[in-house]
Amino acid sequence: MSAPTRQGGLTSTGTGGVGDSPQRPDANLKVRGEFAYSSDLWHEDMLWGATLRSPHPHARIRGLDTSAALAVPGVYAVLTHEDVPGENIYGLEHPDQPVLAADVVRYQGEPIAIVAADHPETARRAAARVRVDYEVLDPVTDAAAALRADAPVLHPHNPGGNLVRHARIRHGSGPLTADVVVTGEYTVGMQDQAFLGPESGMAVPAEDGGLDLYIATQWLHADRRQIARALGMDEEKVRLHLAGVGGAFGAREDLSMQVHACLLALRTGKPVKIVYGREESFFGHVHRHPAVLRYEHGATRDGDLVYVRASMILDGGAYASTTAAVTGNAATLGAGPYQAPTVEIDCYGVYTNNPPCGAMRGFGAVQACFAYESQMDKLAQALGMSPVDVRVRNAVEQGSVMPTGQVVDSAAPVGELLALVRDRPLPPERGATFDLRELPGGVSNTTHGEGVVRGVGYGVGIKNVAFSEGFDDYSTARVRLEVTGGEPVVSVHTAAAEVGQGLVTLKAQIARTELGVARVVILPSDTAVGSAGSSSASRQSYVTGGAVRAACERVRADVLALAGGAAAGLAGGKVVDGAGVVLADLVEVLGEAVVEHTVEWRHRPTEALDPVTGQGFAHVQYAFAAHRAVVDVDVELGLVRVVELACAQDVGRAMNPDAVVGQIQGGSAQGLGLAVMEEIQVVGGVVRNPSFTDYLIPTVLDMPPMPIDVLERADPHAPYGLRGVGEPPTLSSTPAIVAAIRAATGKALTRVPVRPEHIVGD
Amino acid sequence: MKAATPEAVPIAGGTDVMVELNFDKRRPPALLDLGRVAELSGWRTDDGHVRLGATVPYARIVGELGDLLPGLAMAARTVGSPQIRNRGGVGGNLGSASPAGDAHPPLLATGATVELASVRGVRTVPADEFFLGPKRSVLAADELVTAVTVPSAAGPQQFAKVGTRNAMVIAVCSFGLALDTGTRRVGTGIGSAGPTPLRAAAAEDFAAEVLPWDDPPALTDEVAREFGELVAAAATPIDDVRGSAAYRRRALSVLARRTLRWAWQDVRVR
Ligand SMILES: Cc1cc2nc3c(=O)[nH]c(=O)nc-3n(C[C@H](O)[C@H](O)[C@H](O)COP(=O)(O)OP(=O)(O)OC[C@H]3O[C@@H](n4cnc5c(N)ncnc54)[C@H](O)[C@@H]3O)c2cc1C
Repeated sequence: MSAPTRQGGLTSTGTGGVGDSPQRPDANLKVRGEFAYSSDLWHEDMLWGATLRSPHPHARIRGLDTSAALAVPGVYAVLTHEDVPGENIYGLEHPDQPVLAADVVRYQGEPIAIVAADHPETARRAAARVRVDYEVLDPVTDAAAALRADAPVLHPHNPGGNLVRHARIRHGSGPLTADVVVTGEYTVGMQDQAFLGPESGMAVPAEDGGLDLYIATQWLHADRRQIARALGMDEEKVRLHLAGVGGAFGAREDLSMQVHACLLALRTGKPVKIVYGREESFFGHVHRHPAVLRYEHGATRDGDLVYVRASMILDGGAYASTTAAVTGNAATLGAGPYQAPTVEIDCYGVYTNNPPCGAMRGFGAVQACFAYESQMDKLAQALGMSPVDVRVRNAVEQGSVMPTGQVVDSAAPVGELLALVRDRPLPPERGATFDLRELPGGVSNTTHGEGVVRGVGYGVGIKNVAFSEGFDDYSTARVRLEVTGGEPVVSVHTAAAEVGQGLVTLKAQIARTELGVARVVILPSDTAVGSAGSSSASRQSYVTGGAVRAACERVRADVLALAGGAAAGLAGGKVVDGAGVVLADLVEVLGEAVVEHTVEWRHRPTEALDPVTGQGFAHVQYAFAAHRAVVDVDVELGLVRVVELACAQDVGRAMNPDAVVGQIQGGSAQGLGLAVMEEIQVVGGVVRNPSFTDYLIPTVLDMPPMPIDVLERADPHAPYGLRGVGEPPTLSSTPAIVAAIRAATGKALTRVPVRPEHIVGD
Repeated sequence: MKAATPEAVPIAGGTDVMVELNFDKRRPPALLDLGRVAELSGWRTDDGHVRLGATVPYARIVGELGDLLPGLAMAARTVGSPQIRNRGGVGGNLGSASPAGDAHPPLLATGATVELASVRGVRTVPADEFFLGPKRSVLAADELVTAVTVPSAAGPQQFAKVGTRNAMVIAVCSFGLALDTGTRRVGTGIGSAGPTPLRAAAAEDFAAEVLPWDDPPALTDEVAREFGELVAAAATPIDDVRGSAAYRRRALSVLARRTLRWAWQDVRVR
């Protein structure tokens, strides 16, 4: 069957190598609204799929009757767990989630049946006519209670009961006593990635009995592995093609409608498109783990940390998803970017009947950062020191030893980042005249200055880049150089997901820098080339960037061999010698030749953690950002306006400086959202606000101006010296803003998001 | 037409109707597009009143009625985003009859009337008798809101709304205030803190009584505080996903206090 109408490859012409900021090849399309997202996929013969979901967070399914749904005119298929030909189970690290629920549902919104019909509305109406006989069970909704011996076990085959993972760090043997001790318990609410392009894709059956799936995802090959297993089909027959992705932030790491669309396409023999609506999307992907974190910090009277103890519980919800890795991150990064001789951390990832939680920008490091930074402020107060001084005094630097025993073996300019944001001039005080847009409450006219108090706060965080704990983390790139239309053209083919971060731009920049060719074609990402790994963990510039560079190097070596003689490099479409003198035109050297290389590229290996002590070389790279937040708080109404959010981040090498700043702004905005508004409210396992009316994300009137300092301290282990950029700013903006609100109000504020009630409450 | 097919759903700006259709909350057999009905889309002054057609969008209210209907114009400014203000209007806000509708508090505070028409004729209902419960009003199935008639401002007016975001937010609670320096009356309207928009009658009477209308000095703290407390006492809020009842009461007392001060400051300046 023919391919659907969709976004094709992108051609990048002109200039712009590594270190420049060329325009994105898809920029004009996106700004004009012409870019085809996965929800725009179209095929003449297509059917529409819809999903029936459980209204209950925990229930036994006693019976399923699809006859009324099948009787609806226009319906082509109604499928349940009985129609899953392979194993009815999937999961990223830890397969435990049914494609369609069989006997039990474990969260509100769990898929039970799927329908294909000739109109989306018909499909939805038919799905609603599937009759399910539920025996409603009490949901397990408190993560701490889920760990108690008397809690109902949600996954009987899991050896740990409701425990997904306990990550344990024991480092140093110093005393757990100190002159100055501060303790605290902190709570992080459930944040959503809130991408704008809902889950969507289209499965097209193929003549060989396999199929093509056009899909917005973060990792084509991980999807393919899980889909093939559920379909009971060889992976080669399941061909995935990246469709236009409208944001990801971790929410597309797990499967959503992928297998469902494939099942319906195979059953009906027709292309099947599924697009979630906004409400369904809230049930269609995992969220950030809510967390309760207890900390104790001990320090000398001079402010040197003596020990850090922490115990954290992350609510993983109904299925494991990436809970184990998130738990590992929260534990290994749980002391923050600080040196403490003795560290004891226990982090528990837990099953409950709450919505499943998994990957979201920051991945476990966000929750820990809010807690340890709140503690550092508390410590500063107990010591009578400034919050920046106590942080700088304890900051890690190159050569420091992490609580895992791992030596920080590249730049770690934590103290410098803090000093940069501290030393920036403060924004001017509010004047006598006012503009409502600059006051807490904004245009809603709640104050003309009454009750408004300014506060300043700081935060700094540490994030691992790329996959950790011994994961075989690699990417594949195929690079081809040939003469087309009298011009040398490079094409770059990877399976890496462009999710908005700008990897399409960067791949062309790398090809241009390495091969000296202006015209670069970025082929659509698909599974016809090897895995690129996930577009997550701030890793694609590093890993796929590394693969593209390595493939370019091989292509270049072949071309130089073709040219022979003194050929030493490629620049401006010419072959040059070691001194840059032009030897020949690339077009002539290549002639009819096609030079192509495919490279699988790995970063240096990491190690699993010792399960008892949590020691090991677990992370390939660390990344750091610091924020200073200035806020105005209406202390009588509890409304907040962030006045300015300064950030300093070390990126190793700014591969594309505009894109770096964009990541810092976007990550900081997501951290601001967690600080003051973003939360999926779940009561008794039921989501109360699955819409953008009540799940609020920051608007342009909530995001303040951001002065940004970008440091470039090359990491010698990484391609071009780069350091992952996407996640660190999400970590530290939250605690910086909350610290500023504390400074303005004097309230303890141990929970995010901070709600107006918390500020005005007693 | 509305009489012939009473199930037909009127659509003005569509900013509520289309959301309901998209969320599959309703599937009407027909939509009745009011967009092309000229009588509904304009406003005129009439004997000290403004007759505001049901489909005049918020953007025009902000742009054209800031002097005549300052409270409503301030409320209109807080609605949604520019796109929503270009489409949505007061007729649709009344049609939805949400307790959180931002047009309602100023209509209550100014003593506006709602004009309803059907084949049976035209009737007018005072704004404070229009609402019956959450999303319920006296509007009959075969009736349309044709206009609201709002007294032109006879003194300072204010509107303030609390939301947990600095723009594009549904009210956690809101408050509208209108002073009539001629008749020395004080009007109030409370939004999103009860099953319907509410007036705070005791607060109105208190303020009308104690405000020093003849020779306005600065407002005393006692008067402002008492007014705020009476407004909060008039509310009947609940705990919900947008905020707690206790917070709403507390915030209303602050909004009432502050808006009275701002309005009184205007009285003094005049
Ligand atoms: C993103 C967004 C943000 C929003 N923000 C706010 C906000 O901040 N504050 C706020 O108050 N509202 C807000 N709303 C809701 C909405 O914009 C308002 O209620 C608006 O006033 C509706 O007007 P409309 O012309 O679009 O109504 P429509 O959607 O056309 O109609 C609304 C209802 O009224 C009925 N109706 C319309 N006209 C008439 C008539 N003449 N006679 C009888 N019935 C009629 C319709 O049948 C329907 O039931 C928001 C909506 C969206 C989508």
